[in-house]
Amino acid sequence: MPGDDALILTAEEESMLAGEYGPATAMCMRLIVGVARATGAERLVPIESAHADGCLYHGIAGLEFTERLVSLGARVRVRTTLNVGSLDLLHPGLVRADPEVAENGRRLMDAHVALGCEPIWSCAPYQSGHRPAAGSHVAWAESNAIAFVNSVLGARTDRYGDFIDIAAGVTGRVPYSGLHLQRNRTAALVLDFSAVPTALLDDDVAWPAIGALLGDLAGTRVAALTGLPGDLHDGGVTEDRLKALGATAASAGGVALFHVVGVTPEAPTLDAVLGRGATTVPVTAHDLRRARDRLSSAATTSLDAVSLGTPHFSLSEFAALARELRDGLPFASSVDVFVSTSRAVLVEAQARGYADAVRDAGGRILTDTCTYVTPVLRDGIRTVMTNSGKWAWYAPANLGIDTVLGSLAECVASARAGRVVRDERLWG
Amino acid sequence: MSGSGDEPVTLFGRSLHPGQADGHVLALEEPLSFWGGVDARGVIVDAHHPQRGVTVAGQVLAMQTGRGSSSSTAVLAELIRSGHAPAALILAECDAILVIGALVAAEIYGTSLPIVQLTDDDLARLRTGTPAAVLAHTAPHPATVIAKTR
Repeated sequence: MPGDDALILTAEEESMLAGEYGPATAMCMRLIVGVARATGAERLVPIESAHADGCLYHGIAGLEFTERLVSLGARVRVRTTLNVGSLDLLHPGLVRADPEVAENGRRLMDAHVALGCEPIWSCAPYQSGHRPAAGSHVAWAESNAIAFVNSVLGARTDRYGDFIDIAAGVTGRVPYSGLHLQRNRTAALVLDFSAVPTALLDDDVAWPAIGALLGDLAGTRVAALTGLPGDLHDGGVTEDRLKALGATAASAGGVALFHVVGVTPEAPTLDAVLGRGATTVPVTAHDLRRARDRLSSAATTSLDAVSLGTPHFSLSEFAALARELRDGLPFASSVDVFVSTSRAVLVEAQARGYADAVRDAGGRILTDTCTYVTPVLRDGIRTVMTNSGKWAWYAPANLGIDTVLGSLAECVASARAGRVVRDERLWG
Repeated sequence: MSGSGDEPVTLFGRSLHPGQADGHVLALEEPLSFWGGVDARGVIVDAHHPQRGVTVAGQVLAMQTGRGSSSSTAVLAELIRSGHAPAALILAECDAILVIGALVAAEIYGTSLPIVQLTDDDLARLRTGTPAAVLAHTAPHPATVIAKTR
């Protein structure tokens, strides 16, 4: 346990703390310094951008904190994008929040905009044009966004959340600790997938299963994954897979950084990321099947709804969904189908005809929020199929429903059939 | 440290957030995520937690570390605001998510929820139901927990 106060501030940081940049910056600097002292950081590090998650309503304290910042005249000093809120501002009829949550949730979203944040309202800022350079320091909140920006983009963030995210945006500083330090970015664990059949890895449903297994084995440790295919310049397929992997691993375990050897930027080779004393675990198709089965709590094949787009659906995922829907068959009337996405991606999906393909089949598109953090599903829904490991992890507790994990194609086939349809042959 | 049994002993740790509090120890058998893990009155509602149904409000809450979502920050701040927070937090690992919740509540509501880091061994000596007194100076300076131990 570091005992002494080792923190040294620059002259500019001392000025912020002393109030020379105004009372809001001083308050935010007190939060940053308070955390730095607790974690034992020796200095702060300037950041190039932030992604803030405090715009989702959890209670009056968060609202009063954010409105206090607004009243003190705070503005963010670095680019700060916003995660999902409690409401869909574009499609207000879809969310059935109670009046107090709707009112306070709206005020919280407005307060964040008043601080100068960009209202992209998305948990996938990397799909809305916010893509920090490899090696740059950033302060990102939201567990999937943290895993993605660290692992897939190679920028450096620690795990941030409510309040410190906006404090980082206002001061442009975070404690120089955790995953900002190179020494904490090496792998303590290696998962070897070379024995898993290629046909299984080519199916999108394998990737949330890999994430669940990774979260289970790694906990909060950094892992390197070998024997996985991928190319980050393939038009989005690999990004979509790693998004699903990271989101599930962050939910099931607390993973904030993983390396896919030969694919992600910090891991051209295993040696480049291998930590001292790392252990190697061989993975089989059977392990992945068990991981998938832990993400499915439903015991029957009856089906009430399908939820896609957690994290938010990408343009390439919309393209894949439109391909599945090209024969024009509608979803069963007994099954509600939701796709959650960002307003930026929706504009593109609209222009390419993908959004209309979803609506023509009977699906509904939600923006600015997500189906597992705010009331969207109608009462009486019991079993929901999803292609998202993160949704499958959180929804049973958040919404009191059962889940079934399937591929995008299986979700479409099930929504049309009105019951769960899955192809078990791949899993051996 | 000697003196187990009936005589209270003083455990020395490191302050993660300043404050002073008295209460009864609630030693958690597993880490707890405040988001999704406790309700608005401080009762543990996590279906997977072995101490589901127990209240953390007003207790000297001892656990290895927080677990899970970064939204636990907002939930802790809200529990402090509404008067249903623990009296103090005793951790073995520094958990910035919880520290920020205490820092923000201090800024907005003038509260001072002490958070203390003890060694694993000292944390394990705290017994549920025994009275404890917690004093934490400014982080990262010293902190003490006075309690009867096992």
